[in-house]
Amino acid sequence: MITRRITRRIISTRLAAGVCGVLAAMAVSLAPTPAAAGEPPAHPTPKVELTLDVSGSMRARDIDGQSRMAAAKQAFNEVLDAVPKDVQLGIRTLGATYPGNDRQVGCTDTKLLYPVGPLDRTEAKTAVATLAPTGWTPIGPALQAAAKDLKGGDGQRRIVLITDGEDTCQPLDPCQVARDIAAQGIHLTVDTLGLLPDAKTRSQLSCIAEATGGTYTSVQHTDQLRKRVHQLVDRTARPVATPVAVAGTAACAGAPELKPGLYSDREKFAEHRWYRVDVKPGQELRASVSVAADRAVDNDYGVLLRASTLSGREIVRGAEAGDGRTDVISTGLRYAKSDTGASGAAADAPETVCLQVSNSFSAAPSVKTEPGLPVELAVDVVDGPHDASDVASFGLGRGWWLLAALALTGLLGGLVWGWISRWRVTVWRTN
Amino acid sequence: MRTARGPKARRGAAAALLLSAAGLAFAGTVAGAGTAAADSPAPSASTSTGDGGDTAQGPTEAGTSFRTATPIALDQRATADASTGDYLYWVLPADAGQQVTVKAAVTLPKAARHGSATWQLDVYDGLRRRQACRFGAQTRTAAPDAGTVELTCALRTVRGWAEQWSNDPLPGSYYVRLTAVGLPAEDLGQPVRAEVEATAADTGGAQAVDGKLAAPLVPGTGAAAPQPQPGGPADGSAPDGGWSHGWWSDRWVWTAVGGVLAALAGIGGYRLTRGAGRPAHLPPGA
Repeated sequence: MITRRITRRIISTRLAAGVCGVLAAMAVSLAPTPAAAGEPPAHPTPKVELTLDVSGSMRARDIDGQSRMAAAKQAFNEVLDAVPKDVQLGIRTLGATYPGNDRQVGCTDTKLLYPVGPLDRTEAKTAVATLAPTGWTPIGPALQAAAKDLKGGDGQRRIVLITDGEDTCQPLDPCQVARDIAAQGIHLTVDTLGLLPDAKTRSQLSCIAEATGGTYTSVQHTDQLRKRVHQLVDRTARPVATPVAVAGTAACAGAPELKPGLYSDREKFAEHRWYRVDVKPGQELRASVSVAADRAVDNDYGVLLRASTLSGREIVRGAEAGDGRTDVISTGLRYAKSDTGASGAAADAPETVCLQVSNSFSAAPSVKTEPGLPVELAVDVVDGPHDASDVASFGLGRGWWLLAALALTGLLGGLVWGWISRWRVTVWRTN
Repeated sequence: MRTARGPKARRGAAAALLLSAAGLAFAGTVAGAGTAAADSPAPSASTSTGDGGDTAQGPTEAGTSFRTATPIALDQRATADASTGDYLYWVLPADAGQQVTVKAAVTLPKAARHGSATWQLDVYDGLRRRQACRFGAQTRTAAPDAGTVELTCALRTVRGWAEQWSNDPLPGSYYVRLTAVGLPAEDLGQPVRAEVEATAADTGGAQAVDGKLAAPLVPGTGAAAPQPQPGGPADGSAPDGGWSHGWWSDRWVWTAVGGVLAALAGIGGYRLTRGAGRPAHLPPGA
């Protein structure tokens, strides 16, 4: 009777332990989900604005036998059908209303056809259907207006610019406009598509794309246009970490203090920017920096990221140099602050590490230096590494030489031991 | 009480011991290799990391910057439609002891091109430091009439630990950047198709080092939480089966077998000094 009761108790304890274990496992497996969901408030709504050139030249019938306008309309219709539901989409036109010859009026002719917001497909399609090729090509003003349309929120922003000709509204350089709006720190990218572009259009559009970290596509077929616009809209929907704007200073004293995260800044040619990061003993600082070449720069360039103490002693640096066509040049560093071994509040006090970002980009005198080159800085602070005391893994050995050496040592040891014991036996016998 | 056995029997026992030692050594090596392979992420069993890809077919999109790089797994073939001049980024996890080889193929536009195009494959580590290629055509120039261009980069062995002043590859994310670095301006923006695949060979204990990073070099590890969560900060940033613990290498097996051999050799040596032992014809206690 007693044994049975004990057995039952054991079983119930085991059951309880098992249930607890399962619950714990479930809790562990579930834990990351709410934590991850709780950190960023959902993810900010991505916004995209399709900016379509409706200038007179769009009448040309040279894309797959139909007019450029018809090709664009067809592509838009198919793209609108497949817009991901969490993307807010707007449509802006340029040169859609003013057919006259007055440059002043023609160069302000840009209109928000469909406001940025949750998409009503029928409404958007109807609006697109009304378009007819009309006026000028004011790319610069259109980009400025599009950037305004996309204001608000903290998500990714993208302007998809579709045009068949260069900007006809100089002296406002659309490339400079693009660089200026990218410098506002609103995570804005301009992707450009040129419909059967000529050399001037191509260089202008690729310049706009380069200035904002976007892409340039030369469109020859309707199908290609549809696929690319669709791809760009889809790309906007992908969640991505957005950097926080920060302004580094010219010296470490008074430099902004950075917590782990992703930061963006601007740095002019040959400028130094300083930041500060607190690292506790036993922690490791990881920092990486990319400097983007968003304009025509000279062929050779470099970047230097240096970690130093408050007194100016260099701890560790990351440096990289390169040449030729590039989007960014990047480098990184690790700094593990060793445990002091002492205890108490003083031993736990964080050390302030100064991070210096400098670049060796240069450009022809005609290239504007304002705003500075985009800088992206990623800072991480993690637990320190377990330093190696030996190059080998735990001082272990490997290979046939090791086996031979160990066996030989063992053999010698055995021989010596044997001789000693034999000698002792002889001594004992003699006595 | 001693058992009296003939010299033949003793010799036989010694031979059996040696044989079993040899067997043990062999089994140990095999087991070591097997365990090492099982412990490190198995390169063959790759699972999809989203983007609509299944196991055989990887993601069909590429990122355009370090931040937007598309995660891919080892042995997964990632494809992307792009325009000439785009900078295409992928990111893959590499663990300690692996020798990663990244291969890329670009299908060039069919339309007539105006000149030769130079394509380049760059690999950066989780700290965005450029990594050297041991061998492989990292940069290649395609003739104006070439259909495809193929690039390769074989990285150095990923170490479990390295000094902070070194540029050695460490466990963590590896960014792959594919782009055209030189081409006539007229050829910008033409449609191209890029394919990227990374494979890894395990080097075993030969490259094993003491020491270990507290967290792999995965961007954003420290930002999300003070304690790194496996696969938490960025999905698809960890290899299948998680990061290796760093303590296992086949050096344990080698060393243990060496110890056993040393012990056996010690016994053998001891026996040699004892001669043939007590003559068998003597009665016990004589």
